[in-house]
Amino acid sequence: MTAYILGHLNYWLIIGVMMIGMFTMMSSPNLMKKLAGLSVFQTAVILFYVSVGKVEGGTAPIITDVATRYANPLPQVLMLTAIVVGVATMALGFALIIRIKRAYESIEEDEIHQQIQKEELD
Amino acid sequence: MSESLILRVVTKWLVPVILLFALYVQFHGDYSPGGGFQAGVIFSSGFLLYALVYGVDATTRVLPEAVLRIGACLGVLLYGGVGVVSLIRGGTFLNYSVLAETPVAGQHLGIILIELGVGITVACVMLLLFYTFARNIPPQ
Amino acid sequence: MEAYTVLLVVIPLISAPLTALIANRHVAWGLSLLVGAATFVIALMLLQDVITGRVIHYELGGWKPPWGIEYVIDALNALVAVIVTAFALLSVLFGRQSVEREVHDSQLHLFYAAFQLVLLGLLGMALTGDIFNLFVFLEISSLSSYALIAMGHKRQALVASFNYLIAGTLGATFFLLGIGFLYAASGTLNMADIASRFEQYDAMALVITALLFILIGLALKAAAFPLHSWLPDAYTQAPSMVTVFLASTSTKVAVYVLIRCLYHVFPQEYWSQLLLPSFLLLSGCLGMLYGSYKAIQQDSIKRLLAYSSVAQLGYMIVGIGLNNETGLTATVVHMFNHAITKGALFMAAGMVFYRMHTTSLHQLRGAGKTMPWTTGAFVIGGLSLIGVPGTAGFISKWYLLQAALENNNYLVVASLLIASIMAIMYVWKIIEALYFDGEEKLHLHQVPSGQDIVAAMPLATLCCYLLVAACIYFGLYTDLSLDAAKTAAQSLFAGGPAR
Repeated sequence: MTAYILGHLNYWLIIGVMMIGMFTMMSSPNLMKKLAGLSVFQTAVILFYVSVGKVEGGTAPIITDVATRYANPLPQVLMLTAIVVGVATMALGFALIIRIKRAYESIEEDEIHQQIQKEELD
Repeated sequence: MSESLILRVVTKWLVPVILLFALYVQFHGDYSPGGGFQAGVIFSSGFLLYALVYGVDATTRVLPEAVLRIGACLGVLLYGGVGVVSLIRGGTFLNYSVLAETPVAGQHLGIILIELGVGITVACVMLLLFYTFARNIPPQ
Repeated sequence: MEAYTVLLVVIPLISAPLTALIANRHVAWGLSLLVGAATFVIALMLLQDVITGRVIHYELGGWKPPWGIEYVIDALNALVAVIVTAFALLSVLFGRQSVEREVHDSQLHLFYAAFQLVLLGLLGMALTGDIFNLFVFLEISSLSSYALIAMGHKRQALVASFNYLIAGTLGATFFLLGIGFLYAASGTLNMADIASRFEQYDAMALVITALLFILIGLALKAAAFPLHSWLPDAYTQAPSMVTVFLASTSTKVAVYVLIRCLYHVFPQEYWSQLLLPSFLLLSGCLGMLYGSYKAIQQDSIKRLLAYSSVAQLGYMIVGIGLNNETGLTATVVHMFNHAITKGALFMAAGMVFYRMHTTSLHQLRGAGKTMPWTTGAFVIGGLSLIGVPGTAGFISKWYLLQAALENNNYLVVASLLIASIMAIMYVWKIIEALYFDGEEKLHLHQVPSGQDIVAAMPLATLCCYLLVAACIYFGLYTDLSLDAAKTAAQSLFAGGPAR
């Protein structure tokens, strides 16, 4: 049992990071924190991929004469794409938050919600 | 913007080195780790450092936003263009082998052009993002 | 013919940066129109080519699959490509006037560039045979649609877009996680390759986790109940043209990907022994009841139609959940029929908004006399939404009913009928307000003085009536839509496209 837990330590940590991200995203009424939670969540997935691609005793996947075992390069390449996507998402999210702040004078979800409800009553 | 003399001098020395390293990562990308995305980010970080120390206004005088917008579009067009050229020359989309006389030369040419397109776009977009957000900070 | 396949993605890829570069709103519109028209013609040619059951493979970059990315086109995704491109073309034509009022002048070229990127992403999702490539296209289309929605003229559009961004990214990340598990189990990303070696996998725990993550991610994108909460706000607040395009294409493409994953990535025999079909049925039935129920309560036409979309997506999910060939045919044909129906209705709603500056039903009382054509579109589109015989909506519901009867699933039959009755109620609510309610003069809201309140929109009306005509045409002559759907369903049940 202990060997199982220790042997999969990286996955436990990733699950932890993922849950932290999820929890922040769900529980915080602050839009900025929501976005931060989302980012942490995405990072956990990236860590997961890189972790999957690790080969025991393998070096970086560049062909040399000394090494015989290499880490799987594919997950790393995929994550490069996922990181780009993450950057784009974050940038768009920040831009939206800035405009929301200008439009509503607040980035707290409940305050914005109150204003929306007031608008709809008019 | 920083008034610290040390920061200002060190930045002046560092920026060219960062840019040079970006170019190395860019053009050595087909032999060693690296490539357009990493190079683009490093390249933009050189200007970022400059902007942090000397102010955004000074940086926009070197690289105006309009230029960056054009650069970002041109990078994508270069990428798509290489694909279209390989289509025209009878290969499938992005098949570099048909770009030059021999497939090996074609692969070399293709990957360098593609990575150049990626690098230009990434560098421009990263700086554009920074400008866009930095503009919202009131000057001190 | 194979060489044209990739042009569907390449044309918008080249045109989008050009649009942003030239920065002229007329050129931007012209380029978008050109892209829409060109891709539509190519998609039609592709559909004609594959409707017989042929499968086209296109290897990108000359790399052989499963190492390289390949595009695989069969009847199913050719039909999806036709839907997407047709609506791109129609919404560009429709949007000429309304976008200029709803979006700020300085953003117009970026608006059209983002629109082309959405088209690119949706087409890529439809064509690709590589599951990671699919994720990338999914994100391209999602990110640009967040930007498009945020360009709505009210400040609520920003909040709607932000909530969609959070939900959409969460869905896409789940999907990515699912791909990771699947890759860990199979060692490949090519969909056909994953499916063909399915029996050899020994880590079935990974496979089922992958299935669940992929399913939840896609259900979020497809707005399947109960993961639909982003949809009503996003559709209500987006500019009219964006609503027309997204409502008729984006959720359909997500449903398509769901079908593709369930039949071509995971073998049908595998997931049908799990509880999955029952879950899909439950989600679909609840979705159609809940969506219809909420639609009845709405006052804004756009929001009403958005909730009705949630309900109609429920029909599609039920079709998959019934797990027989008729059900799948119903889902595919409903993707097509619902796209034209909702397209027509959202166009009519967009025109109402353009002319009256409101979509609120209680402010639109008696508008049927001022705008007979626009409100006429509501009537016919509404009939198709209900599923009256002679309209497109009837065909798909008929097939769905047959599929439910084949399985002797009377609960589904009952909820189908109840949802249809509720559809009559919410469509009647629109018609009652437009034609029968009150003789009073229109109470207009926020109309700038001196502006023509019933400004003519010839091009938009034409587009809307094209779709209205299509609603009736595809209700009477089902050759094109139903044949493609049947071919698609057959090949899906036969175990996927031949390699």
